[in-house]
Amino acid sequence: MSATSPTEPGARLKLVSGLLVGLYALITLLPLLWIIATGFKSSADAIAYPPKLVFEPTLEGYVNLFTTQTRQTPEMLAADPPTTWYERIVSEKGMVIAGPSRFGERFLNSIIIGFGSTFLSVFLGTLAAYAFSRYRVPLKDDLLFFILSTRMMPPIAVAIPIFLMFRTIGLSDTHAGMILLYTAVNLSLAVWLLKGFIDEIPREYEEAALIDGYSRFHAFVKVVLPQAATGIASTAIFCLIFAWNEYAFAVLLTSGTAQTAPPFIPTIIGVGGRDWPAVAAGATLFLLPVMVFTILLRKHLLRGITFGAVRK
Amino acid sequence: MKSRTRNYLAASASAATAASILAASSAQSAELTLCWAAWDPANALVELSKDFEAQSGHKMSFEFVPWPNFADRMLNELNSAGQLCDLMIGDSQWIGGSAESGHYVKLNDFFAAQGIDMADFIPATVTGYAEWPKGTPNYWALPAFGDVVGWTYRKDWFSRPDLQAEFQAKHGRALDAPKTLEELKQVAEFFQGREIDGKTVYGASIYTERGSEGITMGVTNALYNYGFQYGNPANPYELEGFVNSADAVAGLEFYKSLYDCCTPPGSSDWYMSENIDAYKSGQVAMQMNFAFIWPGVHADPNVGGDRSGYFPNPAGPNGHFAQLGGQGISVVSYSDNQEAALEYIKWFAQPAVQQRWWEMGGYSALRAVVEDPSFATSQPYAQTFLDSMAIVKDFWAEPAYASLLLAMQDRVHNYVVAGNGTAKEALDGLVQDWIEVFKDEGKL
Amino acid sequence: MPETVIERAAAATPAQIARPLRSLSDRALAWIFIAPTIFLLLAVNIFPLIWTIRLSFTNFRANRPNAEVQFVGLENYRRILTDPDVWATMQVTAHFLIATLVLQVVIGFALAWLINQKFRGNDLWTTIIVLPMMLSPAVVGNFWTFLYQPQIGLFNAAVSFFTGGDPAGFSMIGEVALAPWAIVIVDTWMWTPFVMLICLAGLRSIPQSIYEAAECDRASKWRQFVTITLPMVLPFLMLAVLFRGIENFKMFDLVVQLTGGGPGSTTELTSITLKREAFEKWRTGYASAYAIILFVAVFGISSIYVKALNKVKAR
Repeated sequence: MSATSPTEPGARLKLVSGLLVGLYALITLLPLLWIIATGFKSSADAIAYPPKLVFEPTLEGYVNLFTTQTRQTPEMLAADPPTTWYERIVSEKGMVIAGPSRFGERFLNSIIIGFGSTFLSVFLGTLAAYAFSRYRVPLKDDLLFFILSTRMMPPIAVAIPIFLMFRTIGLSDTHAGMILLYTAVNLSLAVWLLKGFIDEIPREYEEAALIDGYSRFHAFVKVVLPQAATGIASTAIFCLIFAWNEYAFAVLLTSGTAQTAPPFIPTIIGVGGRDWPAVAAGATLFLLPVMVFTILLRKHLLRGITFGAVRK
Repeated sequence: MKSRTRNYLAASASAATAASILAASSAQSAELTLCWAAWDPANALVELSKDFEAQSGHKMSFEFVPWPNFADRMLNELNSAGQLCDLMIGDSQWIGGSAESGHYVKLNDFFAAQGIDMADFIPATVTGYAEWPKGTPNYWALPAFGDVVGWTYRKDWFSRPDLQAEFQAKHGRALDAPKTLEELKQVAEFFQGREIDGKTVYGASIYTERGSEGITMGVTNALYNYGFQYGNPANPYELEGFVNSADAVAGLEFYKSLYDCCTPPGSSDWYMSENIDAYKSGQVAMQMNFAFIWPGVHADPNVGGDRSGYFPNPAGPNGHFAQLGGQGISVVSYSDNQEAALEYIKWFAQPAVQQRWWEMGGYSALRAVVEDPSFATSQPYAQTFLDSMAIVKDFWAEPAYASLLLAMQDRVHNYVVAGNGTAKEALDGLVQDWIEVFKDEGKL
Repeated sequence: MPETVIERAAAATPAQIARPLRSLSDRALAWIFIAPTIFLLLAVNIFPLIWTIRLSFTNFRANRPNAEVQFVGLENYRRILTDPDVWATMQVTAHFLIATLVLQVVIGFALAWLINQKFRGNDLWTTIIVLPMMLSPAVVGNFWTFLYQPQIGLFNAAVSFFTGGDPAGFSMIGEVALAPWAIVIVDTWMWTPFVMLICLAGLRSIPQSIYEAAECDRASKWRQFVTITLPMVLPFLMLAVLFRGIENFKMFDLVVQLTGGGPGSTTELTSITLKREAFEKWRTGYASAYAIILFVAVFGISSIYVKALNKVKAR
């Protein structure tokens, strides 16, 4: 498009648009910045009135996030002085560290379940999408529509029978159970997205490979998969984000063993009252990877979100 | 870390160590998980349990859930026959359902074999935390943590001469810890909106939480004392005229008037931790809360020591009760480590361990501890705790307790906080809800 | 979920490109590829759905595995549909839906239109605006309760900064009148970018040649907007409304963290009621019936909506 095109917006319009959008973006960003900042505040600064914009950063929130603490008498504290920086932070509040908190485990669970279910959904989804794309499957459209329509159920409604099923076959509060569940939830989305990507790959490539003597499976692995790599990657990101953020199933179906971070972070509580810096620290560690990811991969992600709507 | 703890145990010369009779050799070492609410006493129990680990060779691990989620999470865990918890310090109201659905191991034989006698524990805690059906010698738990709703007040504010004089002039009595609910409201009104040290303060923070059990645990302290009863004493499931009696209505109206006149703005969904925050940050003159918070208040750098005092729930026109809290410790029937879990209970029941439990901020229910002459003066809140435990009353402990509780939460919260309808309508509605629950249960 | 409806709505049936299966091994391969997916979906989606329907006719309680289960016919459905509290939560859900949809459509479209003016750096700003929708609603919703605290919360401080009011004078999640707006604000903050992105895709799909032709006809900018931009973006907007509508009808995590349904029942959405019935009161049979009713409602309404959408597209 040339700069002189009559449909090109004028410079003033561009400036105003840029300012308005920029302003909205800053307002959007403010709560997120506040989470990160609160993670570095002391408990007193976090609940200061009026809210503090400038404060002396401390790692207290992060120490509280990762440890369990008990209150002790001054005599006892004096008898056994702290030796590390984190023990000193705790000691100043009249407490000692009784042990690690559960945050690390919950974070690890999020990673295991998130990546496990993503791998499985993308793996199964690619196979199924290929078959749906290249073969005539009886009742294909109806089947897919029905499968997808179950996603209109509120997760709580789905959780009722799943709860009973997991209890019966011993999958309650297990990593395997959650991986299977998230895989099933993601699978319909994954098949749809991937089918679109595979449809776009010309069939001639495979046919050429078949003529060259490849088997159908070989042709799929050698020809189709490499072509679909970008599509597979962006599908994987969507599956991962869903599993990473999911709350309703996790809060109802997991407990101590397989609980992920989203149901755990809101239950972080300090010794006597809510410990907002620790909550914010946990939220920061959990949300930051997604934010960074989003910014780095924005090209693929933004396309993926509207993929369905703009799909040709 | 480890060595620091050992030092500590050695330094504190815990009598428990000496009194221990448990032999590590008798059983294989197991990893036990104990489930409880995430609160100060739980952290103290972690510390206390290190002694058990050292003696038994078992390893303890803990799963703590904050109060607003505690019942949800743990009942879900039990109902899914989960094996996460070997030991459960479950809330008092769960005992009926857990006994009848077989979540807990019955402890009668174990108590008999180990010489643990329920007569050695505070009677209210045995009834409240261990028995099902109530009033029968069937035990499903060992009383672990005695707790009751009481009040904390700013002694430093109450003792200011100017405020003392002003209050005396206005009400004709000294500004002191209130003896009746009416007096409590007067004191709360007196402080509401007052400037103290350049900050606006409020009368009292009370329980208003909607999602779990908060407002019920609060409002009952007014209801009981105005004459509310859960049912006909002769026929417990006859509700009409007891739950919604004129006295009960007056009690509910009192709670609403207290909420309307004398609580901090925005305190519409508050429970234990919000009340603590409001009190510690100097927003309120008084707070309603379970006794578990008192050790923490006493140790607080801002409001601790002499600056705070404690009093039991004040009497009403038709009685003097306080809402029972607290829990017993049970062995979960789905656990693979029941033997080791029973060992833990045996260890925990020892008087020396119970004494140490109290010293660390855990409210022991063992009579040998609380009836010791030195107990009442051992902490500034000890006497208040004893007085409060003497007047306790608990919510339904029926298997359907959760349905009963949620119905009460909705009815009371809708009236007190949201201001819908009248107190009479709220309690009439509650009677209908409860009748429906008991009909579903086949008890009516 | 979104893609199904898009796919249907797009009404562009993928070209039937499947060639006749000549070899048995091909057919076998297809089934091997599809079987695990079908099996998993049957096991985790279809079978539970059938189970839920069965349970909805009983008085089963998941916390009483030993109790006798009785068949109660349509009793659960009768109780739900005649319960005024259920209708009250439906109303709360409807208000939430309408308010969030209107706000998100208006703001989302406006932002998309502004971004489409192609100023420098629009790509970066777009990414920042999109951030909230990528994050865990439970974790973010929980933190918003802190932003909404009277006195110490950032939200109250900001409002009082601009209005001069007392930051302790109001409580967004504590007051009956404000709480419904508290959840609308957070949902709008999180999900406006979704509507924005779809609108942007719509705007970018309009061929420049149409505008150029309109310029030649000396149509005013406003007229171009009304006769070209709006009609061309409308199908996209309607899609966005559909997705957001379904998602917000299912809304649970964000609101349960923000208000838990209170104060009173002012923010008790249907999912929250369902959770209380199913996993707090453990009335499994009753809750199953409730779940089926919700499913039928959402399925019915969205089917009608999709029909309307297809008509718009056909024009």
